[in-house]
Amino acid sequence: MTMFLESGDLQAILLTIKLATIVTIILLMIGTPVAWWLARTRSCWKGPIGAVVALPLVLPPSVLGFYLLLAMGPYGPVGHLTRALGIGALPFTFWGLVLASVFYSLPFMVQPLQNAFEAVGDRPLEVAATLRSSPLDTFFTVVLPMALPGYLTASILTFAHTVGEFGVVLMIGGNIPGSTRVASVQIYDHVEALEYGQAHRLAAVMLIFSFLVLLAIYAWRPGARKG
Amino acid sequence: MDRITARFHVTWPGFTLGLDLDLPGRGVTAIFGQSGSGKTTLLRCIAGLERAERGFLSFNGEVWQDDRTFLPTHKRPLGYVFQEASLFPHLTVLGNLRYGLTRSKAEQKVSLDHAIELLGIGALLERKPERLSGGERQRVGIARALAVSPRLLLMDEPLAALDLARKQEILPYLERLRDELEIPVLYVTHSPDEVSRLADYLVALEAGTVVAQGPIAETLARIDLPIRLGEERGVILEGIVAERDERWHLERVEFPGGSLWMRDQSIPLGHTVRVRVPSGGISLSLEEQHGSSILNMLAGHVEEIGDDDHPAHSLVRVRIGETVLLARLTKRSVAALQLRPGVPVWAQIKSVAVAR
Repeated sequence: MTMFLESGDLQAILLTIKLATIVTIILLMIGTPVAWWLARTRSCWKGPIGAVVALPLVLPPSVLGFYLLLAMGPYGPVGHLTRALGIGALPFTFWGLVLASVFYSLPFMVQPLQNAFEAVGDRPLEVAATLRSSPLDTFFTVVLPMALPGYLTASILTFAHTVGEFGVVLMIGGNIPGSTRVASVQIYDHVEALEYGQAHRLAAVMLIFSFLVLLAIYAWRPGARKG
Repeated sequence: MDRITARFHVTWPGFTLGLDLDLPGRGVTAIFGQSGSGKTTLLRCIAGLERAERGFLSFNGEVWQDDRTFLPTHKRPLGYVFQEASLFPHLTVLGNLRYGLTRSKAEQKVSLDHAIELLGIGALLERKPERLSGGERQRVGIARALAVSPRLLLMDEPLAALDLARKQEILPYLERLRDELEIPVLYVTHSPDEVSRLADYLVALEAGTVVAQGPIAETLARIDLPIRLGEERGVILEGIVAERDERWHLERVEFPGGSLWMRDQSIPLGHTVRVRVPSGGISLSLEEQHGSSILNMLAGHVEEIGDDDHPAHSLVRVRIGETVLLARLTKRSVAALQLRPGVPVWAQIKSVAVAR
């Protein structure tokens, strides 16, 4: 690996994996209640909230990044909060990148989970209730196992999408080696510097990774056919 | 205090339910009606799966719902069998059976082994629900509901999704369940067959209201209630199989006041059986007939005469000892025989019309 990739590239890959892993874990915790609410509610807020969650799908990353930058900046609401807590400013830090990625990848977690929860339907919940299971108990012992394929799809999509992010990273994180310089930015740097050979190698790694991820999802799907 | 008191008022677009019921806290109560009559909604309200905007529900003196209380479903000591078995697909049969069992703190009135034995599913325990037939799935669903040791068992058309052969497969298990377990059962159905074989008490619903309720035999024998189970009105007699005629494939059922020959349905001697006697299968005469093809002749007297659906027909209630029968006659015959309450008659019952 070190023969194939230079140390800067390797650092960028490890940083990317760390970012994507943390974002996926945070989104599993945030996405589950949001998706559950969206799947079960009859409230008139379902439409607006669903649209807000889906926004990152259509918004240019630079727009999202711009607003997040303003919010995290010293005069933004998030900036005020982080300064009051003594964390300092978030832009151009790893954790600023994590926060931005959580927003950016939210729909990739919420939508597959919402579909999975909707597919479980009301009946298993009613059956569990008649078998003395409290709602929370039912969630962990009935809904979660039945929605497991949805969880896998959602986690893989979220992880892969975070790996692939570029515009938001540039807006929020800049390009600091070891802190915010992820693989996609590293490739951009190589091309800017006319280091096509290195760009090729890193790009090939990303291509193979993306293909394997999608292969994993599609190869896994047939399991859902049995129903 | 063995009573179930239920008052529910539900208004949905295009549907209203207004019920005031006082049901026995023992035996099988059939909730009978056409689809859309509100019988499933009633059951769901009792289970707490549906919340009536105005309602009161008490079970053997415990209040489950009133203006201030609403006990959530998982805290009600009941078992529920859905129309489709609705087994958890991610668990084996045993996993499904144990799901409720491990969560019920109640004393084990029904042991898991007993439930498995009662429904005959011992050989299926390690299988996944997707590898069971429809009938097997429903038997597991029933055993799963029993395994929580419910104090009230609710069954929502448990046989409706099955074909005739599967129904015949499960009915004997339900009869055993009724005879062996002392759990009150509310049984929703639109099948006359299931009512006559299983029910002790009958609640008939129509368009969200109660049209008749009472002990099964008594209620069906009332002329003033517009209730019939199948094509025509009739009564249910409970008796004991007393004799078998091997040569002619007949069985004799003894009931208080007399006995009836019917076709041999392989019910062992000494067993209790319920038979349905349709009103069209009975004719009346003033004297004992000889040279008739009819096997069953019973002496009794007319108790009441009323109208049937068609203007040509009358319904005549005949008392034979402790038993009553309903006979459907033309009004012309009633006039010709000068039938009126108190007149002694012979009831002739066609054996081919009588069935289990």
